[in-house]
This record gives sequence, structure tokens and C-alpha cells, in this order.
Amino acid sequence: MVDTETFLDVSIWRDQGGDGHFETYQVPRLANQTILDVVSWVQQHIDPTLSYRFACRVGMCGSCAMMVNGEPRWTCRTHVKKVVVEDCLEIAPLRNLPVIKDLVVDMDPFFDKWVAANAVFEPSRTRDDPMAPITPDDPMRIVADGAIECINCAVCYAACDVVAANPEYLGPAALNRSWSLVNDSRDAGQAQRLHAVSAGGGCHNCHSQQSCAKFCPNELNPTLSISGLKRATLKSLLRWDR
Amino acid sequence: MIESHRGHSLWFAFILHRLSGIGLALFLPVHFYMLSLALTDPGQLDGFLAFTDLLLVKWAEFGLVFLLAVHMFGGMRLMALEFLPWSPRQKTYAAMVVALAFFVSTGFFLQAI
Amino acid sequence: MLTLRLYFAQRLTAIIMAPLTLGHLVVMIYAVQDGLSVAEILARTRGSVTWFLFYGSFVLAVAVHAAIGLRVIISEWLGVRGVMLSFFSWAVLVLLLFLGGRAVWMVTLAGGLQ
Repeated sequence: MVDTETFLDVSIWRDQGGDGHFETYQVPRLANQTILDVVSWVQQHIDPTLSYRFACRVGMCGSCAMMVNGEPRWTCRTHVKKVVVEDCLEIAPLRNLPVIKDLVVDMDPFFDKWVAANAVFEPSRTRDDPMAPITPDDPMRIVADGAIECINCAVCYAACDVVAANPEYLGPAALNRSWSLVNDSRDAGQAQRLHAVSAGGGCHNCHSQQSCAKFCPNELNPTLSISGLKRATLKSLLRWDR
Repeated sequence: MIESHRGHSLWFAFILHRLSGIGLALFLPVHFYMLSLALTDPGQLDGFLAFTDLLLVKWAEFGLVFLLAVHMFGGMRLMALEFLPWSPRQKTYAAMVVALAFFVSTGFFLQAI
Repeated sequence: MLTLRLYFAQRLTAIIMAPLTLGHLVVMIYAVQDGLSVAEILARTRGSVTWFLFYGSFVLAVAVHAAIGLRVIISEWLGVRGVMLSFFSWAVLVLLLFLGGRAVWMVTLAGGLQ
């Protein structure tokens, strides 16, 4: 059902380099409309200079996350009717990341922290070795299962108050990835990884506010992963083998 | 800008833990100083303890006991979260922390008046 | 702001204090009945090695715990970093150890053993 009689009052953050402010647009309300549809409508019908990111539109690529009414969301899979308040929407760039223009943020700090957390696979074999067998019922594999399927959308990073308060903090996504690798028996970089997540901005700064788990669109639980890292690093400290 | 990403119960559990910790840390030096008066100036401490008989001060003490209890139970919740197998009942535990702290501090208040 | 070692110290002191706090709550609820007086407090604690150890370890643990906790808070909320942050943490530790240690000493063993 298309109801062209009603309009949404949409406030969108406009920023061309330091002059950030909200601008309000009237957008016709449609059935089954997503937040990304609303942003695209503004760009296509009102102001073609509006900048924003998207690619897949089906919740796979993780490029369209924005703050919607103060909450970080994947906009392509967020229906207007789920988040709209009295026909008003406030759409802003992701929190905790520098704005490049309008709704586009610089993701570099986010991914730099993945590298800083050693959240990258370190192979223990070469292509000439046989494949390492890992069965689906392997206990480590089951733990790792809970931490995969991250789409790198930075929703958790934007939701986290520790990231906001401590610029060094690696953040939920990078630490979650580190935890999945700690449970990868093929990985050869465990000692360096535990060291990397134990520094000034490491996993021990997490206050378990669990906003990451609340907002993760893929229903992952970075707080659970981070508590796993806390245990793993503590074990390694008490064995004095670091 | 709306900041509604904080408005959930586990975030409130965090802020309660932090504010109770600050409150206790500010109270401790006063607490220690008053206690050492027991030897250096017992008359002054007895005068202060008589002042604590006022109902208004009893309410303040109720608040302090609540801060201590909620920080302790909240800390136990955090350590259970970190060191025990994950439980999906995080919000229930956070609510239980407040309920237990309220129970203990009310028990104190009823004994104090 | 929290490294692995600080985190370990924070959790260790928390585990030490959990039973001590429970004990302290019980003592408070017991002692507050019929009001408090200096004579009543001293009658309970004076010359007691047990109370000295109980509250002595409590003071040690709480001084470390509060110093680390406040360190995190002032770094996160007030943006204090580096040397100032370390100075502040140590100052809290020393202040609480001094005031707490003095208080425990005075109400327990200052007048000698019994």
C-alpha cells in the first residue's frame, strides 16, 4: 500500500568540512520503506549533493550504517516503521568516527584497530602443506562460530561509550575478531595477539555495557568475545609465559 | 543530537556501578578520618555519632549502605560475566543486583531507626 | 588506560573484598542497633588482631581498587592522560593507605594487644 498523503520529517546531518548541522527534508512515506530508501529519495529528488554509502542493500556488505534517531543501525535493513517517532527521523553519520562529508565517515581508524588488535589470520602452514582438519564439533570451532559473520559495519563501534571515552580503545569489532582467531587452532600468532589486546587500549578497558551486543545487526555478542579475551590474557599472565 | 544508544538497562547498570564507586571513593577518606578521631578526640566523634541519630542522617547512611551493596553485588555480576560461562540472562542479573542492594540497605535502615 | 596488570589487580582486590564487604555489612547492621558510641566501637575492636587483619586487608584492597577505578574514570571522563594520570592514581593510593591504615591502627592495636 502506498500512502502518498503522509510525509516524514527527516533531519539529515550535512557537513562539508566542519560546518555540520541538521537539515530537514519532507519525504513521502511509503509502504515497506527502509531508512536507506529515505536517504536515497532525498539524494535523488531534493539534493543530489547528499553523500552517503551503500552497496548491497541486503545487509551483507556493511557499508550503510548510520545513526538513526540516536541509535546505530544498518539502514538498508531498518524499516522506517520500526524506528520512526511521530513521523520524524534524525539521520546522522556513525558516532565515534571522523566525518568526511554528510553521512560518510572515515573508516580508517576502525580498520587500523583491527590491525592493531592482530585481528588478522597468521598462517601456521604453507600452501604446500595438507589442509588442517577442523571438524564442526571441535570445541574451539564452536566458540569461534559465535564470533564470525561480522560484516564490518562499525555499528558496535558507534554504540560503544568506551570507544568514545578512550581513543586508544580497540573497540568491540576488532576484539571480537581477535577472539575468533584465538579459537582458530591453525593460527600461529596467538602470543602476539594476546599481547596486542592487553595494551593500554586493549580488551581490559571494556566495561560490559553491552551496547555492542544490543545493536549488532547480525546479533553477535562482542562483550562475550571480549570476556573470553580477558580470561585468555589473564591465564597467560598467571602462567608467566608471555 | 539524540543520544538514545545509552538508554538500556545494562548501560544503566554500568553507570550505577561507576557512580556508586565514585561515591564510595569520596566517602572513604571522611570515614577513615572520623574513625581515627576515636583515639585522638573521642569527644568530637561521640558528638558526631549523636548527630547520626537524626533521621535525616539515617537516610544518608541508608544511601551509603546502598552504594556499598550495589557496588559489591554489581562487581560480583561483572566478575561472573567475565569468568563464568556466558549467561543470556544479563538483564535479570542486573536487576537482581539492585534488588539485593535495596534489600540489604533497607535492612540496615530498619535496624538503625 | 587499563592494561592487563591493572585489570588483574582490580579483579583480585574485588575478589578479596567481596567477603570482607559482606562481613562489614553484617557488622554495620549489627552495630548500628541502639546507636553508635566510641566506647562501643573500641570495646569491639581494641587489641583485636582479628579485626586488625580484617580491616587492614580491607584497607589495602580498597586503596588499590579505588586508585585503579578512579584512574579509569578521570581518564575517560576528564581526559587526563600520561604522567598526570599516573600521579593521580598513586596519590589516591597513598592517601587511602595512609588515612585507612591510621584509622585501622587506632581502633585496633594502637593501645597494645589484649
